[in-house]
Amino acid sequence: MLEVAGITQIFGGVTALEEVSFTIARGTITGVIGPNGAGKTTLFNIVSGIYTQTAGRVLLKGSDVSGLPPEKLARLGMVRTFQNIELFGGMTVRENVMVGRHTRSSSGLLACSLRMPWSRREEANIRTGAMKWLEFTGITELADVTAGNLPFGKGRLLEIARALAVEPEIILMDEPAAGLNSQETQGLARLIQRIRDLGITVVLVEHDMELVMEICDRIVVLNLGRKLAEGTPREIQENIEVIAAYLGDDT
Amino acid sequence: MNRDLLKFLAFAVMILLAPLAFQGGYLMNVLVFVGIYTMLAIGLNLLLGYAGQISLGHAGFFGLGAYLSGVLSATYGWNPWLAMPLAALLVGALAFLIGFPILKLKGHYLAMATLGLGIIIYIVFNETVDLTGGPSGLSGIPNLAIGSLTFDSDVKNYYLIWAFTLLTILLTLNLANSRVGRALRAVHDSEVAARVMGVNARLLTVQIFALSAVISSIAGSLYAHTMAFVSPASFGFNFSVELLTMVVIGGLGSIYGSFLGAALLTLLPEFLRAAQDYDIIIYGGLLMLMVMFMPGGLVRGVPDLFRKLLKKGRGSHA
Repeated sequence: MLEVAGITQIFGGVTALEEVSFTIARGTITGVIGPNGAGKTTLFNIVSGIYTQTAGRVLLKGSDVSGLPPEKLARLGMVRTFQNIELFGGMTVRENVMVGRHTRSSSGLLACSLRMPWSRREEANIRTGAMKWLEFTGITELADVTAGNLPFGKGRLLEIARALAVEPEIILMDEPAAGLNSQETQGLARLIQRIRDLGITVVLVEHDMELVMEICDRIVVLNLGRKLAEGTPREIQENIEVIAAYLGDDT
Repeated sequence: MNRDLLKFLAFAVMILLAPLAFQGGYLMNVLVFVGIYTMLAIGLNLLLGYAGQISLGHAGFFGLGAYLSGVLSATYGWNPWLAMPLAALLVGALAFLIGFPILKLKGHYLAMATLGLGIIIYIVFNETVDLTGGPSGLSGIPNLAIGSLTFDSDVKNYYLIWAFTLLTILLTLNLANSRVGRALRAVHDSEVAARVMGVNARLLTVQIFALSAVISSIAGSLYAHTMAFVSPASFGFNFSVELLTMVVIGGLGSIYGSFLGAALLTLLPEFLRAAQDYDIIIYGGLLMLMVMFMPGGLVRGVPDLFRKLLKKGRGSHA
């Protein structure tokens, strides 16, 4: 589904990532973990088209998508969420998710201004499409609330609903459990599994080890910009190098 | 949906009946200007209030529409009904081409670039004397006409201008409530998230910049054909600032707000005749007060104020 091949990122002389490579299989949940400063978020920003890497390639469904902007990647079936949730704060919850239907609709400036019959039909489809994902994430009753007024946990769900509305094949989540309480984190775990059950590939950067170990099929560990280890949760838990990196042991 | 349509119809009826109240009076002429300025404010509001991009050069697009229409009809004898759409097309194309490099800039830099654009256009009006008549202006621009009906009186012009203005309001309301309008507001709130959702932020803002210029150009053509005379002084930097004031005072991101802002800033000088030379100070003061105390503009601020007063009134009785 997704292949990262020899990604190197240098920021003004500082090497944030060095020759990182791994492959992610369709329909799996993969966790990218590592201590602070390991380069996880940088990697995400490269894969999702927000940064352009110094070297290396990103392959989506076998084709090279290196350097493509996020709006192109959305059309190719890849979306992401953000660590500090990026909602459209001035719009309602429903409208936020309706924006997620952007790539699945096509009425332009003129058709929308004139309310052409096909653009009205499309608008109705956008609306029902959005409702479907509000239901899926369990926030239907908040549909008319202004997104900027949502509590953090609900905002997180909205961000996921909006990403799902794109009907992606792969979704990248940047620390989805950050700022959630333990109950909300449990709900998130179930939600991520339900997303995987839809056949959507999930990749998450996460600090919550319990969550990662519970739901991930595979784990990639980064440390100081390099890939330290890769394997199933059990393999990672038993990996001496990983344990050393987390405990700060540099022997 | 239906409520929006009812609101629009109520507004349209009010506009259609307004002349009965001011029959033939001097105010009719002022209301013609309210119509033209409403179109301009809506055009700028699409850019500023919806897309979140500033322009200090919109008087330039207004002027280009006016001069293109004026020169084509007065000097070259074109039918005004042909000059107007051609002017709009040319101005739209120009804005589209300039939009790509210029909208790469953000915030202050975009303000400076559009300011420069407006000034260049203004200089062109002044310096191409053979074509525009230079600082002394261009006269003899024909009125618009349909068959034997020539739009040459205040009342006729009122209906002509307001037909265009109402159409602009209707179409931009439709646009604002569509996938394009949502995408625009999304770009405004979080550009990176909008792009992740598949919105081509760059292309969209350039398109809106061009649409905004087209609306301004049409308003300019209407201005030229009703006034029969244009001169560069109407299209300078001051007017760009005045437009900006209308949009902010009325309410960013509100189509009816643009009407309120345009109406207030057009009617106000009529009542401030005595303070003639100080009008720019009054505009500046108004703008500051609005941004400080009613950042949502009149269209949101006034209802809020009433609600607060009502609450206070109830509170003191309890």
